[in-house]
Amino acid sequence: MIKILSILVRNRPGVLSHVAGLVTRRGYNVESIAAGPTENPEITRINLVVSGDGPILEQVVKQVRKLVDVIRVDDLTNDQPVTGELALITVKVSGLKRAEALNVINLLSLTISDIKEDSLTVMVAGTALTVDMAVNGLKPYGIVAMARTGLVALPRPRNGKPKESKERD
Amino acid sequence: MKEKSKGVGPKKTAEKKTAADKKLAAVKAQASKKPVKAKTDLAGGGQGGGQVGGQGALGRVKFTPRNGAQTIVDFLESVGVDTVFGYPGGAVIPLYDALYDSKIKHVLTRHEQAAAHAADGYARSTGKPGVVFATSGPGATNLVTGLATAHMDSVPMLAITGQVSTTSLGSDSFQEADIYGISIPITKYNYLVKDARALPGILSEAYRLTDYGRPGPVLVDVPKDIQTTIVNPDNLLPDSVPLRFEKPPSPDLASVDSLIEALHVSHRPVLYLGGGATITNSGADILTLVERTDMAVVATLQAKGVFPDNHPLCLGIPGMHGSKYANLAINESDLILGLGVRFDDRVVGNVRRFAPLARVVHVDIDPAEIGKRLPVDVAVIGDLGQVLSLVLKRLPKNSRPAWRKRVAELRSTFPMDVPQSSREIKPQAAIRALSDSCKGQAILVTDVGQHQMWAAQYFQAQKPRHFLSSGGLGTMGFGLPAAIGAQLANPKSLVCLIVGDGGFQMNVQELATIAQYQVPIKIMLINNGCLGMVRQWQQFFFNRRYSQTLFDYNPDFVALAKVYGLWAESVEKSDKVTQMVKALISQKGPALLDVRVPRDENVLPMIPAGMGQTDFFETEEGAN
Repeated sequence: MIKILSILVRNRPGVLSHVAGLVTRRGYNVESIAAGPTENPEITRINLVVSGDGPILEQVVKQVRKLVDVIRVDDLTNDQPVTGELALITVKVSGLKRAEALNVINLLSLTISDIKEDSLTVMVAGTALTVDMAVNGLKPYGIVAMARTGLVALPRPRNGKPKESKERD
Repeated sequence: MKEKSKGVGPKKTAEKKTAADKKLAAVKAQASKKPVKAKTDLAGGGQGGGQVGGQGALGRVKFTPRNGAQTIVDFLESVGVDTVFGYPGGAVIPLYDALYDSKIKHVLTRHEQAAAHAADGYARSTGKPGVVFATSGPGATNLVTGLATAHMDSVPMLAITGQVSTTSLGSDSFQEADIYGISIPITKYNYLVKDARALPGILSEAYRLTDYGRPGPVLVDVPKDIQTTIVNPDNLLPDSVPLRFEKPPSPDLASVDSLIEALHVSHRPVLYLGGGATITNSGADILTLVERTDMAVVATLQAKGVFPDNHPLCLGIPGMHGSKYANLAINESDLILGLGVRFDDRVVGNVRRFAPLARVVHVDIDPAEIGKRLPVDVAVIGDLGQVLSLVLKRLPKNSRPAWRKRVAELRSTFPMDVPQSSREIKPQAAIRALSDSCKGQAILVTDVGQHQMWAAQYFQAQKPRHFLSSGGLGTMGFGLPAAIGAQLANPKSLVCLIVGDGGFQMNVQELATIAQYQVPIKIMLINNGCLGMVRQWQQFFFNRRYSQTLFDYNPDFVALAKVYGLWAESVEKSDKVTQMVKALISQKGPALLDVRVPRDENVLPMIPAGMGQTDFFETEEGAN
């Protein structure tokens, strides 16, 4: 089982250490963690994807909620959240292989971010599934480097209003 | 005095040092309500401390300029802190300089760890946050054990550490340690102050956090240049997303109803009290609750004394070294009502076999404690005091004579008799003698190990906050400094310490603190010449291979104590114990009684770790 959490925290120095340290020392399995500013520069959103069994995941939510800097925690797992991920992938290709790889790149509408004689670096953005697809598609050509941001997620707005801000008022 | 030079940040200001500094010192000395010595001001500015305003500002004095260090001391005074435990060092010289003018009593321990434990003892015995100062680097890291101890047992504490100047932060400068990073997992919250303008806000937030909701230690790391920068109250850094200290949400009434219902239909209820009962001072309500329901009561180390140990329904501590009757009552119970507890592994043992017939109701202010180790049937989240008053309002009287009878039966079948011997001293007997002599009035502090469990079993506590022990972390070396803190917080009380010869030597340097401040604690040293608890485990589970647990050398503790000016005596024969214990507690000043006990005494009963409530360890002697 995995849990996708959206954690809004006060943007204080060290806040990421508090969150990351908590999940590490309590032995939770982190699939990904991504942090960045929100519409309010004083508030940071941390998207945390954790895996484990039910009771453990319940504990993750409670323990995170307990952190002083945490303003709110939303469990988006079963809420059809809007999600996205970005990855940069470098493949080492030349000759005929290069044309083949370019085919895949076009097929998946990946953006080429860098071209060298014997390598291509592409950028893929989309759902985790899209990123996985790009990774699988390029694997046969030899991925030499990859960077993934980890999942970012927002609650899916309902009736034109994000659920979250409605609750916050 | 207002900051005049616009656009000049405090850091920039701090770097400049002009003649205005000296002028300012003079103005300060005049304007200050408190007599401020000139040298204080110079020291404050000497490190590159701030200056305020230009010439023009001198004419319109609105406040006495206070630097960061003075701001800290002012703040502590303003919230009523009367005692600070600590140890100076390079990075807190400005702080100690500010303290020089304060009415706050500073207790100079002989090690920072001891200062932290003393602040802990102060807090545990009063409920007020304990305050500790330490310098950067080694000073701060020496606090770690004390912070972790307080964190585990939810003790409110404010630690203020010095740090190297912000300009040197992160460059591995002399006596630099990342105490902010180090203390994250062992504090409730922590701060590194990087801007003097944020200091006042941080201080009040930090102090409030120590005892807000579930209490705990909070650390504020203050770089030296922040301590010497003038903090201008008219130019503070506002917190854009301030913490809101809301009242804890009222307990969900439906869950309270479920609690009442579960209790009402129960025939064999057991009340399991933890630290939350002490923190919320719920003793009176709990007594009413028990009288109305005939619940059997077990209490953890953190709750000992909340419910009187001499009450017929009090079964003492549960779990690993609890009495047989306490554990059997839990085993037979059909309802466990946990109040402010953690269902700690030393209590529960095997989660699957804990109270197999019982529904479990858990009341706690910390939602993360619910279901952390044990699945519960009813959870009530909220302040225990509030929950209890809601429960008492609606809970009808329901006497359970059959259960009362069964509890009495268990007690008489498996009594916790004090082991006696005509020659050697049984440590349990010595502890009971101390208990009898104190008549439930003393604040008892323990260290960690066998003597701690014997104290839990045989020392009768009648009042909350009168049994202080490192329960969660099990910190050897805690006892002596914690007793100092408790005694200084309660100068009129009789404060006794039961300590082993191992733990005593872990902070033995504090005899000097005791001597300096004439802290009149009464020390009962249970001297078995070994690390008894580990030795016991080695005997039971490691084929008597006593690896590194027997002391081949121990000092003459009586002579040692006398060097520090304590009254000290030794006792070896069982018929002398009562008399010597009386002599100990009748001393006016600090005193130590070295009680020589046999090495091979064990803490019994014992349920081995991870076992069920009825799996009492059987020794060869069959004494269990």
